[in-house]
Amino acid sequence: MARGQIHKFYLNNKYIVLDVNSGAVHMVDRMVYDVLDHYGDKSLEEIVSIFDGVYDKEALEEAYGEINYLVEEEMLYSPENDLGDLVYNQDNIVKAMCLHVAHDCNLKCAYCFASQGNFKGERTYMSLETGKKALEFLAKNSGNRRNLEVDFFGGEPLMNFQVVKDLVAYGRELDKKYNKNFRFTITTNGVLLDEDKIDFINENMDNVVLSLDGRREVNDRMRKTIRDGGSYDVILPKFKELVEKRGTKDYYIRGTFTNYNTDFSKDIRDFYDQGFKKVSVEPVVTPEEMDYALRSEHLDDVLREYEEFSKEYIKIRKKDKDFLFFHFMIDLNQGPCIVKRSVGCGAGSEYLAVTPEGDLYPCHQFVGEDDFRLGSLDTGIENKDLREVFKKANIYNKEECRSCWARYYCSGGCHANAYYAHKDLTKPYKLGCEMEKKRIECSISILANEDE
Amino acid sequence: MKYIKTLSGKNLRREDLAKIGCGECQTSCQSACKTSCTVGNQKCEQN
Repeated sequence: MARGQIHKFYLNNKYIVLDVNSGAVHMVDRMVYDVLDHYGDKSLEEIVSIFDGVYDKEALEEAYGEINYLVEEEMLYSPENDLGDLVYNQDNIVKAMCLHVAHDCNLKCAYCFASQGNFKGERTYMSLETGKKALEFLAKNSGNRRNLEVDFFGGEPLMNFQVVKDLVAYGRELDKKYNKNFRFTITTNGVLLDEDKIDFINENMDNVVLSLDGRREVNDRMRKTIRDGGSYDVILPKFKELVEKRGTKDYYIRGTFTNYNTDFSKDIRDFYDQGFKKVSVEPVVTPEEMDYALRSEHLDDVLREYEEFSKEYIKIRKKDKDFLFFHFMIDLNQGPCIVKRSVGCGAGSEYLAVTPEGDLYPCHQFVGEDDFRLGSLDTGIENKDLREVFKKANIYNKEECRSCWARYYCSGGCHANAYYAHKDLTKPYKLGCEMEKKRIECSISILANEDE
Repeated sequence: MKYIKTLSGKNLRREDLAKIGCGECQTSCQSACKTSCTVGNQKCEQN
């Protein structure tokens, strides 16, 4: 039988070995790390000879024995997982929705994939009737799933906040009627936050995503008000108030970095210094020709920045375990099962985006792309072929993913990234892959350091 | 073991097949990032 795949790396003073197929992760010493370069190809005697004068013979034999043990236990070089013919979401269950309650925005961020909120169309707002229809659609199409997720999104959802409030109340009615647990979240730029909205959000939203880019000058370069002013000073105090009143409930302050701030760890650090503990800062997704786009020439800087930040992150977390960077979080023992890790985000089948008019798209990033309209709340899914395309875009069907060590962590990556890079859902966005691999290595090296 | 410390065992090989693929976990990048897919950092609802 062919040997399974391992991946090894050295980062933050740790030698780490991942067994790709079993998910096992080992911290090893330098000798084991070196021996693994030859294990399986060379005999023990040959390995002893290769390292003559470098490592002690007896130690090499012991280490070799430990490797053998892990191989027998299928925790190193373990065989590929056999999921048979993975049939994903056969019943076409829908369990998450992104509700575009407002295709309008009160900021005009340069990088917005929603074209300043209107997704290349008219500026429109979702009616309460359409919103209710969406929640009904979700409840009725969710089969035996109990936890249903609804994110209020835009544009800027606070521009249609009465509908948001009424839909939360309606969701609570549907919880009882259908025995479901609606989990509401909201993604906001904060401009319209006031005390009432903050209290409502903190009481009713399981999670809230607060959009801000970090340092004032970084934020204000991209996130401009309608009159071309900076938005930072308007928004920061409102986000601070929301987070101070939020207690232990989840939130993320979420920024976007571009090629103008490949030193984005300073933005993460700035968030932390401002009192925000749960932080997500993400690479911009945009066509390469945009002046602020991340291109291959920026990759080395970005990867170095992740590594450098991981060192600082370890230091901060020694004193403050509440500090969380979304992309450095990883739970090796209680993370998702292999099915979830094989099929990814669920866009296009389990997860749908709903426009103000009630049209259905695979996810928020495809809204406005005519070829990706799946159907509507009134008709249900009409473009069933397209749904199948999304369902089949898993790690086993993507050639590059099949041999990538990171496949069970990123689950094949973002469909929208793949589409916008290659017009093909089965060809991953390379730059995104490289960044994701670095983030996984950082995350695991952080865990290894915290394990001491 | 003297030279190897295992941080995590065979977490992708769960014995109880009934406990995989229940679909209750968070879908998509829904409520944290919205622009990329990282599944490894999500939680299993059965834990």
